[in-house]
Amino acid sequence: MIEISGLRKTYRSRKGSVTAVDGVDLHVGEGAVFGVLGQSGAGKSTLLRCVNMLERPDAGTVRVGGQEMTSLRRKQLRIARHGIGMIHQHFALLSSRTVAGNVAFALEVTGAPRAERKARVAELLELVGLTGRADAYPAQLSGGQKQRVGIARALAARPKVLLSDEATSALDPETTDSILRLLLDLNRRLGLTILLITHEMTVVKRICTSAAVMRDGRFVESGAIADLLRAPGSELARDLFPLDGPTAVDGATVVDVTVSGPEADEPIIAELARRFAADVRILGGSVETLAATRAGRWRIALPGGAEDNREALEFLRERGVLS
Amino acid sequence: MTWSEVFELLTGGLRETAWMVGVSALLTAVGGLLLGVLLVLTDKGRLRPVNVVLGAIVNVGRSLPFIILLVAVIPFTRAIVGTTIGTDAAIVPLTIGAIPFFARIVESALREVPPDVVAAATAMGATRRQIVGKVLLREALPGLVAGLTITVIALVGYSAMAGVVGGGGLGDLAIRYGYQRFETEVMIATVIALVVFVQLVQMVGDLLVRRLSHR
Repeated sequence: MIEISGLRKTYRSRKGSVTAVDGVDLHVGEGAVFGVLGQSGAGKSTLLRCVNMLERPDAGTVRVGGQEMTSLRRKQLRIARHGIGMIHQHFALLSSRTVAGNVAFALEVTGAPRAERKARVAELLELVGLTGRADAYPAQLSGGQKQRVGIARALAARPKVLLSDEATSALDPETTDSILRLLLDLNRRLGLTILLITHEMTVVKRICTSAAVMRDGRFVESGAIADLLRAPGSELARDLFPLDGPTAVDGATVVDVTVSGPEADEPIIAELARRFAADVRILGGSVETLAATRAGRWRIALPGGAEDNREALEFLRERGVLS
Repeated sequence: MTWSEVFELLTGGLRETAWMVGVSALLTAVGGLLLGVLLVLTDKGRLRPVNVVLGAIVNVGRSLPFIILLVAVIPFTRAIVGTTIGTDAAIVPLTIGAIPFFARIVESALREVPPDVVAAATAMGATRRQIVGKVLLREALPGLVAGLTITVIALVGYSAMAGVVGGGGLGDLAIRYGYQRFETEVMIATVIALVVFVQLVQMVGDLLVRRLSHR
């Protein structure tokens, strides 16, 4: 649904130039929820804004629904944008309009006839659970309600793609949860493809099927969550499941084990203990249900040095869980 | 001077002030809005040179003392109104003096609109006209009305100098009768009338702003 290749964007100012996006390739399949994870300043926001041409890339191609965005003329671009919804960290609602007015604005922009607007607004407000708040002004709403308005507005023109710019970063954990649930629900019910940027692990855990870790304008790793977690040395695995147990124990070999997919619920540790008659100790770890998969990660200690545990380690490596 | 004479002077002056300020405020609102929007739209991109030129013109207008402007635009006034004296003639310099003032207020009010709100409208596929009309101007409306209130009150102040070109009005009364002829009653009466006038303008402005603002 979204295909980006070789994307590059540099900001030039008198103080010098900053390359915000430095050669990013990205593929988001139809109906996928793709999360780009990174610290502020990593270039995520620029990347997202290049998808709907809020920022013009210096190089590379951006295709949304098969349409090359960089080559569109102004009018074509406006029409293409109707098919790409966007939600924002600080909601970006019109303070002078009511909830219904804000949603109606999106319909006015697309040129929907007045007669259709009212029914469609009511439909959208019901979709996001805001029926009854139609006449409230944004200033009277909570953060979560404001973001619901933002979502209703973004969906007004029945887009296939939703871009989410840190949509839950200004919300408390509980509200974040309810917004993520709503996004996941929309993804499933409407087949909405979602590309989101965030610095919050929970967002990736809760709704993403694929993700990328971005740093200094580049993707450090990217792919399906289940695959990423399994990859040795995966940063995403480390970030999603931080292990705080000791990294070295006297007279023992400490290793980290990451499991994902169906094997997450297999008794790997028990098997290890049984087969090699090892008194495995778990130093830290957790198992969680992610949107994409179930996954777990442990730090375990095997008695004896690396040499004593060669076979045990080989077993773990073979199972592809050693990280 | 009897109180009824003072009263007659006052109502005449008030009518002239209201006319001068009213018409020039209306023209200023239109001109200032246009200029302010242009200043914001040309701020970045290819039209930047236009912005520099407009900005310079605005600054020149803002730096001239009104009394000098009043005299300096006399030829222009004659071309437009056909005469250089009287209330109608005073409207021309008042408007010319107030447009740059209000344009800067419009510019800063429009800049107060959060950039991500404009970005959101752009991302929705809004046209530039929709963004100016439905986002920028509409969102800035409370600020624009507050700014217009300030401008109208400044115009009341400027209009006191309109007496120089025979424009009349309350300020002119205060100067001619109160200051030059030592008619203290007239002076006090005009000052009170001016205070009430300004208070009323401010009250109406505040009321409107409160009605319009939903922040």
